[in-house]
Amino acid sequence: MLFKLSFKNIKKSMKDYAIYFFTLIVGVAIFYVFNAIEKQGVMLKITADQRIMIQVIVKILSSVSVFVSLILGFLIIYASRFLIKRRNKEFGIYLLLGMGKRKISMILFIETLLIGMISLVVGLIIGVFFSQFMSIFIANTFEADMTKFKFIFSKNACIKTIMYFGIMYLIVIVFNIFIIGKCKLIHLIQAERKNEKVKIKNPVLCTIIFVVAVGMLGYAYYLVTAGVKYMMKNPQDRLIMAIVLGAVSTFLIFWSVSGLLLRIAMSLKKTYYKGLNSFMIRQISSKINTTVFSMTIICLMLFVTICVVSVATSVKKSEEDGVKKNCKADIEFFSSRTTYEQREEQMVYLGEENNIINLYQNAGYDLESYLKKYVEYYTYSLYMISDGEVNSACSVVSLSDYNKIAEMYKNKTYELEENEYIIIGGSEVQKKELNDRLAKGTAILVNGYELVPKYTTCRNEFIELTDGNFHPAVYIVPDNTLAGCEPMADNLIGNYKANTKEERYKIEEEIMNMQTTDSCSIETKISLYNDCVGVGIMFTFIGSYIGIIFLISGAAILALKELSESADNISRYAVLRKIGADEKMINKALFGQIGIFFAFPLLLACIHSVFGIKFGTYLTSIFGLDGLLPAIIVTAVVIGLIYGGYFILTYLCSKSIIKSRN
Amino acid sequence: MKNILKIDQIEKYYGSKSSLTKAIDNISFDVQEGEFVAIMGASGSGKTTLLNCISTIDKVTSGNIFVDGQDITRLKGNALNKFRREKLGFIFQDFNLLDTLSAYENISLALSIQNYPAKKIDEEVKKVAKELDIEDVLNKYPYQMSGGQKQRVASARAVITNPTLVLADEPTGALDSKSAKMLLEKFNFLNHSINATILMVTHDSFTASYASRVIFIKDGKVFNEIRKGADSRKIFFNKIIDVVTLLGGDVSDAI
Repeated sequence: MLFKLSFKNIKKSMKDYAIYFFTLIVGVAIFYVFNAIEKQGVMLKITADQRIMIQVIVKILSSVSVFVSLILGFLIIYASRFLIKRRNKEFGIYLLLGMGKRKISMILFIETLLIGMISLVVGLIIGVFFSQFMSIFIANTFEADMTKFKFIFSKNACIKTIMYFGIMYLIVIVFNIFIIGKCKLIHLIQAERKNEKVKIKNPVLCTIIFVVAVGMLGYAYYLVTAGVKYMMKNPQDRLIMAIVLGAVSTFLIFWSVSGLLLRIAMSLKKTYYKGLNSFMIRQISSKINTTVFSMTIICLMLFVTICVVSVATSVKKSEEDGVKKNCKADIEFFSSRTTYEQREEQMVYLGEENNIINLYQNAGYDLESYLKKYVEYYTYSLYMISDGEVNSACSVVSLSDYNKIAEMYKNKTYELEENEYIIIGGSEVQKKELNDRLAKGTAILVNGYELVPKYTTCRNEFIELTDGNFHPAVYIVPDNTLAGCEPMADNLIGNYKANTKEERYKIEEEIMNMQTTDSCSIETKISLYNDCVGVGIMFTFIGSYIGIIFLISGAAILALKELSESADNISRYAVLRKIGADEKMINKALFGQIGIFFAFPLLLACIHSVFGIKFGTYLTSIFGLDGLLPAIIVTAVVIGLIYGGYFILTYLCSKSIIKSRN
Repeated sequence: MKNILKIDQIEKYYGSKSSLTKAIDNISFDVQEGEFVAIMGASGSGKTTLLNCISTIDKVTSGNIFVDGQDITRLKGNALNKFRREKLGFIFQDFNLLDTLSAYENISLALSIQNYPAKKIDEEVKKVAKELDIEDVLNKYPYQMSGGQKQRVASARAVITNPTLVLADEPTGALDSKSAKMLLEKFNFLNHSINATILMVTHDSFTASYASRVIFIKDGKVFNEIRKGADSRKIFFNKIIDVVTLLGGDVSDAI
């Protein structure tokens, strides 16, 4: 009997709560997809490096999953509170008929169980389906072989999903029982008859609070953008302050605007008293009044989504671009002639020559046969004196060595007078300091020669293979100044004798397997690229995982709120019909009401995001952030589709609710 | 005098062939301009169904209803809405005010739905509020008003558009006797001063005694009809009681 009641209830309310159900299914599916990545990584034919990268990603994603499950748990509890509230009358009738509270709890228990099971099963099926696309995506980004399609099912992810969601539903069940236990019959029966009390806020107070909130928000914006350099002194306190200020001021803005909106609208008499406008604005303001808190949460969620997704997407893209731009050769060897004496804290020269080609030859390999083109050069590490102070050891390369490399890279070559030097590369911080010195024309003393700068700024050329826009600063000096100095290391930069991707991979594998007597560190374009792809993909995964979950939770809360209100609104719209408003007017009012309700948090979130993304670019500037605009466009499209989709669905459902019950 | 409402042999059936309920069984009557007509009957006599059919909320099974010469049983969709908002004014037992709007906005809404110029709305609302003595509650919300005030606000909303016909469904049903009396006096005032045509459904003889004509309905048929004429309200009330007694036990217990 109880089971039948529960089942019928679900069937009945299925239409109203399709959105909630849909969100649950999407939540389960996404949870599965991101937890199944481990299995997909295992199935792919990829290098050991890539495998390690995937393992790192999996580890991070699984801790993100805990966070995601908290968010979803919050959503489910919030939603179930709504659902119970809407059914007060039904429960009241059960109680009147003499059904015990325990039995009502039982009905709810069975319902939650059924909803949970159905959403889990459907969500998992969809998740398994979409995770197949995920493996294609991973294979593509890691450039792995994916000629044969394999169907992959991750048992671990499946069990994990069931466990996490099981716990969430369990909490909801306990929560429901608690709520039912607290109910009073009179409130249940009269739930519908409660008239809405219209709270009018003091307009002066609203204005003051609005101004204060805008001021606070402005300061928070300042902290993360223009004031960001001060943040580095005291990063935690200032960042926390910016976050707290931002959140509190968001809340205050919603609070004050909900009071002011009505006042402003009412003063525009012409618009206010046109058609159903007065009704619509009253509807909105009464709702914003009661939903200030959830609006704040939704706004902040949207804000995080926009920032995370756009910054993450652009990091991925700029990472890949960075390798293409800054890796102009296939491989770089580095063999040090020094060893670092820990006791004396200084470099000790071992005094032996480590020519790379010879090194390999001694070990029995013909390195030259693998390389199409290569350049050997020396790097020096010298103490130099400028402004009467001894600088820490700087890396120095002779002009002729630099020009050889520049020719191979097709970079700009330089010429120097006998008493000139240039500096190339340098991180942002380094550059600032060096440029100051160069601008002043500070002379340096190298190996007894005094040199003056040729340019007033650091040049943008580079020597080493790196993944990003950051290159260590290197001094380029005329060859004769280095006479008699012992190089710190022997280096070799070269390109593989290969035309296709497969050949390059093959040569790289062979070189990596060669054993030499002396240690020699190697950096290659392929491994740099893989690292970058790994970092990029990690950002993308985490960004889209959190982003989508936040987005669907926020939109679902808005939609549920709106739909449960529509049920209350049935009688209001019935009155409008009775006094002669036609369907077109009513639909317009409904559309406007829901539209503004959805747009309000999005608008504030967009303003937040302008500053949030700026801060994001600052934080991730070590990776470089090119292509932010396309990333923002992608984010806008994704949010537009999901959030807009929820909006349209909510509108259509509300329309059918106020229509069908009339 | 002009014939505002003409009901011509209407019938309304509910249910299926096997269990047919005749809610309205061949009713015909006319209402003249400026009349205040009460329809009386016991619960289930069909009076609310009749009102619903006139107000186009429900459809008749057969017969015609003419308002201002227009056959409203043939109206559909937006024409129906247009008819409702331009020709009819409604007063309901449970007020049906919008709880999110103030009294002023509830009244003005009736005008703004008709795209009445916003500039003139204020003037109209103030005028009708004065007539119904609700000027001091205009800025209050439904939950801050008494039942009588709410019903007078609802009445203001019904008459502000100058409807051809004001329909009232048990307007005093949820009011205490004092508020009911005050409301009915306002109905009389509207009826006389602005010549509003009012059709009121009630099962209360006292309420009906304020009308100029009372039509009694029993089991979906017109049972009797009495006019006030030159009688005082008290005498008319006694006449109504007589008919109610005649009608049988089912109505007498409603007095």
